Amino acid sequence: MSDYNFAYLDEPTKKMIRRAILKGLAVPGYQVPFASREMPMPYGWGTGGVQVTAACLTPEDTLKVIDQGADDTTNAVSIRSFFAKVAGVATTTRTGEASVIQTRHRIPETPLRSDQILVYQVPIPEPLRFLEPRETETRRMHALEEYGLMHIKLYEDIARHGAIATAYAYPALVNGRHVFDPSPIPRFDNPRLESPAIQLFGAGREQRIYALPPFTRVQSLDFDDHPFEASKADGACALCGATHTYLDEIVADDQGTRRFQCSDTDYCMERRA
Amino acid sequence: MSILERSISAEAPLLSVNGLTRFYGSRVGCQNVAFDLYPGEVMGIVGESGSGKSTLLSCLAGHLETDAGQVVYNGQDVLTLPEPARRRLMRTDWAFVHQHARDGLRMNVSAGGNVGERLMAGGARHYGNIRKTAEDWLERVEIDPGRIDDRPSAFSGGMQQRLQIARGLVTGPKLVLMDEPTGGLDVSVQARLLDLLRGLVRRMGLSVVIVTHDIGVVRLLADRLMVMRHGQVVEHGLTDRVLDDPQHAYTQLLVNSVLPT
Ligand SMILES: Nc1ncnc2c1ncn2[C@@H]1O[C@H](COP(=O)(O)OP(=O)(O)OP(=O)(O)O)[C@@H](O)[C@H]1O
Ligand SMILES: [Mg+2]
Ligand SMILES: [Zn+2]
Repeated sequence: MSDYNFAYLDEPTKKMIRRAILKGLAVPGYQVPFASREMPMPYGWGTGGVQVTAACLTPEDTLKVIDQGADDTTNAVSIRSFFAKVAGVATTTRTGEASVIQTRHRIPETPLRSDQILVYQVPIPEPLRFLEPRETETRRMHALEEYGLMHIKLYEDIARHGAIATAYAYPALVNGRHVFDPSPIPRFDNPRLESPAIQLFGAGREQRIYALPPFTRVQSLDFDDHPFEASKADGACALCGATHTYLDEIVADDQGTRRFQCSDTDYCMERRA
Repeated sequence: MSILERSISAEAPLLSVNGLTRFYGSRVGCQNVAFDLYPGEVMGIVGESGSGKSTLLSCLAGHLETDAGQVVYNGQDVLTLPEPARRRLMRTDWAFVHQHARDGLRMNVSAGGNVGERLMAGGARHYGNIRKTAEDWLERVEIDPGRIDDRPSAFSGGMQQRLQIARGLVTGPKLVLMDEPTGGLDVSVQARLLDLLRGLVRRMGLSVVIVTHDIGVVRLLADRLMVMRHGQVVEHGLTDRVLDDPQHAYTQLLVNSVLPT
């Protein structure tokens, strides 16, 4: 413990990251560049989210870490124990008890509160990257609000699949100004991006931070004749019976029997308690 | 009204270029180019390789920075427009047709997406209408609408060029800039493309600046002709007049059709 500064990063680094976070909150959805640091874990593990979490944590915080809704994956467990060790903060799996939640690919089902911070791990922050690989060009498109490209992506989806097939990382317009990538959360979660909590997005490899202040307007992009739908698997959780939650389809036995289960394991457990 | 009558009438030019100059370091790209283009008029630009034709066109389109001069469109110097306004103009009122279709197309997007891009950029949000318009335009450029979901990479060179034209014309622009649109196509494909272009220009009343090496293109399309050399305009006038009595050595060669293409 004494080998590290509180929450691993040194104070000047945290200050630099906090400055990027504040800038991101001031311009919702805008990707703020920051000098990403080496973390003692590989990039795929959410080093962007980890750095944002490190910059936000105070000794009084209670941290929850989820990976696709679950608290018990290797990734979630490692990050949780990392911060328990380098920051000595309390940890929890209960959404209601956490003050900071780091997430990969989900928004918890339990409605968040205004005293909570949700930190997303982001692999690719640039929603325009799909059609425009040049960074200089995408930056100009954001600056000039030229977002026609985003609709080409959706157009291609409908042309090829008959419907908008984008199921994850569904692009949305933030505060009527910046189109952003909400990270690979299922599009089921998009409507819940409008939240009382502060939401911060960290991309380590791409060195970007962006943010949604509480109650920011987030409009998922669509066409008039193909409106956005927050779809999910049509079924009920085999454990708690919920039909309103985002469900994972799992293979239950060697015969290949499939069943659904809440992807948010804490929420499911709470319903059964 | 003939072009001659029109150009001496009181009608205002659509495009008025003055003193347009661009250097590459100390080398001249184009220098002190001036001309007026009237509504519905087609101007051909010819000149030997390296004479500054592409440089001029790129400066007009704003693809290249200009060192001096004005490009007045509808009474406004587009070179001094704020970038958002200029870019909006370029994707609504103007169109650019590149020599190489892949420079003007999104090769990883379907034909329909390519044609629909400018509509969506302009705020079109009805998929069915965008698709219908794209189908209409494919038909107008003689591409089977059944190929709407194919990518341009699956198209022949001539089809790609026609798709590029549809993509540009879908917003009903007034001004089209073309840099050797028939270059690199074989002769029969060229002829068909030219025919198509001529029809579109007439029906849509387009004003066009077209760079070419091809005397056939000039004869078929251009009302007026401008000859460039070393970055400067050395001869300029009604096409028939220039071709009947060419003053400049290059123009004489062009008329005698002994130029390599
Ligand atoms: N990017 C560049 N950097 C430096 N010099 C350039 C560049 N592009 C063009 N030039 C020079 O500017 C002059 C005009 O070139 P430009 O490409 O405009 O001619 P062009 O008339 O279009 O020729 P072509 O018929 O071969 O297409 C030439 O001397 C050329 O070498
Ligand atoms: Mg050229
Ligand atoms: Zn459940």
